Amino acid sequence: MEAHLEKRFQDKIDQEIKIEPKDWMPEKYRKTLVRQISQHAHSEIVGMLPEGNWITRAPSLKRKLGLLAKVQDEAGHGLYLYAAAETLGVERADLVADLHSGKAKYSSIFNYPTMTWADIGAIGWLVDGAAIMNQVPLCRCSYGPYARAMVRVCKEESFHQRQGFEIMMTLCNGTTEQKEMAQDALNRWWWPSLMMFGPNDDESPNSKQSMAWKIKRFSNDDLRQKFVDVTVEQAKHLGINIPDPDLNWNEETQHYDFGEIDWEEFWNVVKGNGPCNKARLDARNKAHDEGAWVREAAVAYAEKKRKRKEKVA
Amino acid sequence: MELKIKYLLQIADNAMIIGHRLSEWCGHGPILEQDIAMTNIALDHLGLARNLYQYCARLEGGGKTEDDYPYKRDVRKWRNLLLCEQDNGDFGKTITRQFLYDTFNLQFLTALQDSHDEHLAAIAAKSLKETTYHLQYSGDWMIRLGDGTEESHDRIQKSVNDLWMYADESFLESEADRWALNEKIGVDLNALKLPTQNNRTEILKEATLQIPESGWTQQGGKEGKHSEQLGYILSDLQFLQRAYPNSVW
Amino acid sequence: MKNWPLWEIFVRSKQGLSHKHVGSLHAADAEMAMQNARDVYTRRMEGVSIWVVESVHVTASDPDEKESMFDPANDKVYRHPTFYDVPDGVTHI
Repeated sequence: MEAHLEKRFQDKIDQEIKIEPKDWMPEKYRKTLVRQISQHAHSEIVGMLPEGNWITRAPSLKRKLGLLAKVQDEAGHGLYLYAAAETLGVERADLVADLHSGKAKYSSIFNYPTMTWADIGAIGWLVDGAAIMNQVPLCRCSYGPYARAMVRVCKEESFHQRQGFEIMMTLCNGTTEQKEMAQDALNRWWWPSLMMFGPNDDESPNSKQSMAWKIKRFSNDDLRQKFVDVTVEQAKHLGINIPDPDLNWNEETQHYDFGEIDWEEFWNVVKGNGPCNKARLDARNKAHDEGAWVREAAVAYAEKKRKRKEKVA
Repeated sequence: MELKIKYLLQIADNAMIIGHRLSEWCGHGPILEQDIAMTNIALDHLGLARNLYQYCARLEGGGKTEDDYPYKRDVRKWRNLLLCEQDNGDFGKTITRQFLYDTFNLQFLTALQDSHDEHLAAIAAKSLKETTYHLQYSGDWMIRLGDGTEESHDRIQKSVNDLWMYADESFLESEADRWALNEKIGVDLNALKLPTQNNRTEILKEATLQIPESGWTQQGGKEGKHSEQLGYILSDLQFLQRAYPNSVW
Repeated sequence: MKNWPLWEIFVRSKQGLSHKHVGSLHAADAEMAMQNARDVYTRRMEGVSIWVVESVHVTASDPDEKESMFDPANDKVYRHPTFYDVPDGVTHI
């Protein structure tokens, strides 16, 4: 029976028919999606913090409005994604509790500090750029609610990367100090951005199944290569240098060769040893704990109002 | 001209500072949905401030830009109400601050639509739509928190008590207010007092909250006499412009 | 209660079109759901009208009954206008 259902399920996927919430699905497919979608949602929410840092310090009205709207979008994206996860029979409160306890993971990139204003430019340009590479294929993911959420996310995300690039461009066309600020930000964010695509393909055991289920459409290394190829050209426009001595155009492959990623650093940040892991979780926990009385009050009031209505009726 | 700029700055600085305060919440709200809602309101205020600063820059000429006003004035040149610069405190305090401001602002912008300065009247009309929503939001939350749990009731009552002395500064006339009224550019603040207070009373009652006795009103914001809090806001707000003067961002 | 209830959000993108499901969100009551829907789902002028429905009130068809529910409509070609022949030259029909 199970084998029969599983074959029918895989046939649907092979024919590019979307899976919807109440359809039969293998338990492992469901679990993989819950993990991936909730991690994705957590990343959006934690990702608000490093950039949110600079909302009060943004250097002009235009930049302040742009940054505020961007960080707000990330809250929206987190919300769409939690909602997509909830169609799989989990509750947001439980997912959030896993984030707050440190059990759930989120994108490691947000465990690096935003020290200068140029970091806001670099995050928009590089981190959102890498995120878009990852996310566009997810719009065609086999699970309907996730795919639909990603369509929304990608539509809104397009202004983020442009905003980041424009900030970098303005700095690079500015004073010597500003250009140095931009180069410094690129130096610090380049390698963590490459790490965003995840481990090399031969170190990524779950990838094969995710590809078969069409949750994933391209391999980590393929996406990373694509990102390097387009970003190197953009850096040339900015007139700043990618901090990789091994970066070279390869005539034969028609791609850029690039240096080895420091995977020891990657795994350490994943495990909680990044410069800001603790600060990020503390901030999330603080907001959640300090909001508890507000959430409770709203429930209590809704309950009172319902009862009063019943009485009248 | 100087008085007109002062008058516009009173309005703009209120929006700028209260918008800035709200923007501090972004990423730290009690629940995702409310984080997004508060940021929307912050964006409305900051957008209004920007419109008005642009107008000031155009009127003053001489290469002034919209950013000169928020990023290059020290505390004593700011004309916002003391209410707007009060710290966020807990969510309830932010809502109370917002509620006191929104109730005033609704009446103020309604009247300002009739300004003989057409540009200002148009800005007021646009902003009034936003403010109507802001008050719906803050008013609903006043009621939820006031009539929610015992804890929420006590917390919000304390915020009302703490902020009450800033509630009515908006009705005190500055020199710029008197000038603007005279020129039919501005608004008669005295006429706003009763409808504002009625609106407040109505919502506070529904929220089962005690209305504090009217006592001493803190004042000085419109004349540049501020609390200690504004200086800290500016040291964040103006950091980059001060550290790297004459740069384009 | 650990979660505020879940609400399904439907937005009419412009006059003349139906409301369309756009996603969901959490809110303590209907008024809050409406405000949140406005802030979350119409930030970029996506709508002119919103419906909010608490998710528990939605009754959905069972996908296991998909065949009995929807396949029978498959062979009712006579419900579609192309089933009927109209001679050349007859217009406005």
